[in-house]
Parts: sequence; C-alpha cells; structure tokens
Amino acid sequence: MKIHIRNGRLIDPKNGIDAQRDVFIAAGKVAAVGAMPEGFHANRVIDASGLVICPGLVDLSARLREPGYEYKATLESEMLAAVAGGVTSLVCPPDTDPPLDEPGLVEMLKYRAKSLNQARVYPLGALTQKLAGERLTEMAELHDAGCIGFSHADMPLSDTLVLMRAMQYAATFGFTVWLRPQDAYLARDGVAHDGEVASRLGLPAIPSCAESIALSAILALVRETGAHVHICRLSSREGIALIRAAKAEGLPVTCDIAVHHAHLSEMDIGFFDSNCHLVPPLRSQRDRDALREALADGTVDAICSDHTPVDDDAKLLPFAEAEVGATGLELLLPLTLKWAQETGVPLSAAIAKVTAEPARILALNNGHLGVGQPADLCLFDPEQYWKVEPASLNSQGRNTPFTGFELQGKVRMTLVEGHVVYELPDEG
Amino acid sequence: MRNNPQLNKNGELQHLLTIDGLPASTLRHILDTAESFLGVAEREVKKVPLLRGKAIFNLFFEPSTRTRTTFEIAAKRLSADVINLNVGTSSQSKGETLLDTVDNLAAMQADMFVVRHSQSGAAHLIARHVAPHIHVVNAGDGRHAHPTQALLDMFTIRHYKKDLTRLRVAIVGDMLHSRVARSQIHALTTLGVPEVRVIAPKTLIPSCAERMGVQIYHDMAKGLKDVDVIIMLRLQSERMRGALLPSSQEYFKYYGLTSEKLALARPDAIVMHPGPMNRGVEIESSVADGVQSVILSQVTFGIAVRMAVMSILMGNEAGETA
Repeated sequence: MKIHIRNGRLIDPKNGIDAQRDVFIAAGKVAAVGAMPEGFHANRVIDASGLVICPGLVDLSARLREPGYEYKATLESEMLAAVAGGVTSLVCPPDTDPPLDEPGLVEMLKYRAKSLNQARVYPLGALTQKLAGERLTEMAELHDAGCIGFSHADMPLSDTLVLMRAMQYAATFGFTVWLRPQDAYLARDGVAHDGEVASRLGLPAIPSCAESIALSAILALVRETGAHVHICRLSSREGIALIRAAKAEGLPVTCDIAVHHAHLSEMDIGFFDSNCHLVPPLRSQRDRDALREALADGTVDAICSDHTPVDDDAKLLPFAEAEVGATGLELLLPLTLKWAQETGVPLSAAIAKVTAEPARILALNNGHLGVGQPADLCLFDPEQYWKVEPASLNSQGRNTPFTGFELQGKVRMTLVEGHVVYELPDEG
Repeated sequence: MRNNPQLNKNGELQHLLTIDGLPASTLRHILDTAESFLGVAEREVKKVPLLRGKAIFNLFFEPSTRTRTTFEIAAKRLSADVINLNVGTSSQSKGETLLDTVDNLAAMQADMFVVRHSQSGAAHLIARHVAPHIHVVNAGDGRHAHPTQALLDMFTIRHYKKDLTRLRVAIVGDMLHSRVARSQIHALTTLGVPEVRVIAPKTLIPSCAERMGVQIYHDMAKGLKDVDVIIMLRLQSERMRGALLPSSQEYFKYYGLTSEKLALARPDAIVMHPGPMNRGVEIESSVADGVQSVILSQVTFGIAVRMAVMSILMGNEAGETA
C-alpha cells in the first residue's frame, strides 16, 4: 500500500520542519518527504489541504483498564479512543488488576493490543510485586516481555530503602524508573489541594509539600544510585522548582504533566464536581501558571493525557468517594493546542511536547517522520471547533472536567505503520 | 464560579445546601419568617397547616438524634408527613449507592429530603440528581456545611444582640473538621458582622481559613478579648487519638471555656454551642449552665428556623395565619 498525502502543512518538530510538504508512504514507512520519489505510484492519495500532518502522538500515560477493569473500559474501546485522538504510541501504567508484575501478563497485554492493529502499546512494569512496595519484581524478565520502564503507578511506596534498592536494581540494567512523587503520609485520606477550595468545601486536603518532600527524596536517591528517573504528573510550583534545579545540576531526570493540569485549578471543583477529583489534585492557579510556564521553558519535557476512564456510577458519588481520574486520549491534542494558543507557544513546539519529547523520554526512535521511519502519523484540522460531549468521545470513559467545552483541533485521520487506522466520518 | 445550584431560574431558594453564596436578603428572609413561627410553639395546638399532604423524608446516613428530631418536629408543626430513615444501618450496608437510595425514596412521592451524610458534597450530589419538584435540605455533609444550624445561630445572635453589624464574634475550637463553623462563618460575614475570630491550635484550622474572612487567634485570652458572642465548637473524641492534639486535658487548659476566660469577653457576651457538648473538654459546666449561656435557646429557635426553611423551599410561607 502506497500513500501520497498532499497539500498538508507538515509539522515534524524533531526534524525542524514546519512547511507545506507532501508525505509519501510505502511498505509502512515514510518513503519520502517533499518531492515524489521516482516511480512512486500511490494506491491512495489523501488530500490534506488545510490540515496539519504531524507524527502520531506519543502518550506517556493511558490506562486501558485491562486486565481487571473491563467494566470501565476495554482494550477495544480505548485503542479506538487513542487513534481517534491521534495517539499512535501509548504507555500504560502497571496498576491493572492484577498489576503488571509478571511477564505473562505483559505478554498477554502486548498480544491483545497488537491483534487490534491500532496504536502501539508500551507497558510499564510494576516496580514491586503486586505494587505492594515490599519486594522487587523480575525487572529484566519483564523488560524482555516488553516493559519499557518500571513504575509504582499511584500506589504508595513509603519504604525509602525499598525505593533505593529498586532504583539501584533498575540502574543495573539501565531501565528507567517512573515515579509520581507523593508522600503517602501527607496525602493520606486527602482528595483535594490544601488550599482555598478545600478549606471552604471541607474536603480532606493534600498539601503541596506532599509532592515536594517525595520529590526531594527521589532526587536524593537519583544522586545516590545514578538511576534514570522519569517524574510523572507534577502538580506544584515547588515541584517545578526542584526539577529545574535538578536539571541544572545535570541529574538524569525527565518529567511530564497531565494535560488537564495545564488548564484547570482547584477552583474548577466548583460545587464538588467529581470529574475534578484527580490524582494528583488540581492545585492553585499559581501552581497551574507555574506548570504552563515550565512547559514552555522546557523544565517539563512532555504532556500526557493521564487517560483514566471511569464508569459513570463510580463518579456519581460524593466527591471524596468518587473514583479518581479523567478520560483524556481524545483531548490530549486539542488541550495541548489550547495551551499553546493561550501562551503564544508556536504550534511546532507544542506538538513536540506530545511527539518528539515523549519519544525521547522513552528512548524510542519514533515521534518523528524522517525518511525510513514507521509511518505513524496524524492529520488534524487545527481550525475545527468541536464540543466535548459524552457522545463525541470514543472512550468508554465519559468522565472529563471539560464536558461542554468547545475545543479547537480535530483529528481527521490517523495512520500506524502506513495503515489508516482511523478516519473521521464525514459530516453529512 | 458556576451557577449556584441552590437557586432556581428566578433566583429563589430551591434547595438549602450551604450558606456560601447566598445573599444577605435571603438569610434575613429566613430569619424573619422564623420569627413569625416562634409563636406556634406557644399555642395549644402547636400546628399550622402549611405543608399538609407533603411528604418529607429525613434521610440520615449518619447517626443524629438532635438534628433529626428538630427537623421532625418542625415538619410536623407544619402538618407535613414525616418519614425518618436511618440509612446508615440499612440499604447502604447492603451495597446500594447513595443515589439508588434517593431514587427509591423519590419514587415514593417525596417532596423534600432532609439529608445528613458523612461526606462533604453529598447534599449537592443529591440536589443535582433529583427531579425539579423535590427540595433538598442539607442537615450536615461531612466537614462542609450545616446551613440550618448556622441560621439558627444567627437567629439566636440577632435575638440577643439585635444589630449584627457592630459585633465581635469568636468561634472557638475545631474549625478544620467543622461543618458548623464553615456555615457560621459564611452566615456571619454575609450578614455584616465586622469581626469574626477563630480561636484554635494550628492543627485544627484549615490552611486558607483567612480567605473566608476570619481572623485567626491561637491565644484564647487575646481572642476572647471584648467579644460579644462566643461560639464553642464540639471537639470529637477521635481527634484526641491522632496527631492533632495531645490530650483532652491540655486542650481544655488552653482552649476550654472557663468562667475566668469568659470574663475577658464583654460582660454581656453570650455563650453558644451547637451541641452535643463535651463538658470539661471544650466548656466548663458552670459556663454551659451559667447566665450568659444561650445554648438551650438555640435548640428552641432551631425548630422555628427549620420550619421557616421548609416552608420557604416549598413556596408556602407563613402569612397572617401563623
């Protein structure tokens, strides 16, 4: 199958391209960019007039809910959501049921995902057995089974000795450890940022220092062990300052934020909107502004969706009892564009935060469209507005604080390895 | 801030969920209406027919005797049919969700739910969920709000002090966990009380308490100086077991209300407590039973205030007949 995508605006941040260029695909790979190769006969010509062609998005956190939580979402529904959102590679955290702590589970997940022929799935293995924070997993075996790194998801890992040993062991093999910094004691029972809104609504609170204390400990252990660490879902100004200093010091750390944290603050909880019950909690407007700034100046490397589909019943509960998380795969691109537009960041730099940058964190040679690369790409209309509504989402999770928002930027087509895996149905 | 979920399209009170965001005129209207109900209790037949044929469900997911009883009396004096449900002991323990319980009761033609729940926001959740003709009164949700308690406290203060715009009010105790304190603070600041103080150790004050318009004191002697109203908060015994406080003895020594500390307030200061009291923990018996205590008046006024809230929500206010 040979495809010619013409008349589009190609944005390929890693290769420094933002210009009108045609893209030629053959045998699942990018055959040429710009001029048509000699003897190229396209089986399909796609007219991308008015559209942006960019590398498929690389999402650093998307929960597919398998195994264990199929009533919340299935691989089928969430993989469709991924490609509908232009996501062609995604990392799934190990907090499934059972957790991804055995090679067999990882192989099964990889196999199930591959058979759907949609986005590429990169599981994170559990850092400790059953994510209980006591015994290490067989990291090397898990790596061989397909794990791209090791994480403790959102489960507490209070024992710093276990954490240090896990980092040492991972460093032995050069594996990256993914950690979301949160002190388990300071966060205990908390459901919202310790600020004005939690004070007023009487919600048990999580102070910002829950993040900065845990992050300080992690950074000290990075110095001690030399492990590569990816810091997940930063939420506070203090956390940003620590990362900025750690990078200046030359520590091997990278970090991401969830895309909703670039837009929302504790104020969005309003009158107990359980869609805003998120982990980490939405913090103050000053924190949010610090995150936005840190994205622009490169302190924060990447934006992820932190996609967490939750069934309706689990959200129709009092705020603290409602399950945490928001659906996000289909909102990652438009919300990233919204951040760029609001802050004056060039489109290409914004797209890098969801393509080339996360690929660099994963040490994968994707997230760009150089010649010879697998043809994972996305075509989107940067001008098209669409309304976020339950019916407009493919994910089984309808839970998002952005319900009712008009967002700009609509994915029209997604290709993985040169196959069209998603095409927005024509509007009649 | 989104639309206030307790007001209908015409800006009228549809539910009473929190004092936060209600205009002063609405609060005054409730207090004035309560005034007109005070006399009902003194009649030979302690009833008015305003809510005849209406079904009011007291839906208590958390145990309560006093609040539930005063709501029940208030509803009965308005001639409503009252159904009491202690849900904590029945359906919830069988796994039924909060909203399933509400749906089932709504199907029994409920006109009003009076709800108490251990989680902040439970009353808002129910109010968003029920059909538009059903009214919800929050009788206490987690640490968030207890609006009828705050209203009866305002009624009591107004009864004894008349003009609220010249008062210094001190709230003493566990604001962090107190729905009563949060609602009182909103009510006091909305009604124009110029100085609201909160007196407590740092472990019992939420991080952004000042943003609610109060001044924080840690020294009770300074905090009580020249105040007109002292509101003591209940300290729950489980707060003594964790890391919040070392002991009830030390708490009483530094934050309990004794006659010596009371003497620092204005000589005509009144002492209030939402009940139930822990004598010897937050308040000395001689103060609780003393001449400056208006604690029992609060209970009496509570019935009139709850009658006012119920009748206003149902659109049947006391007129000449009351």
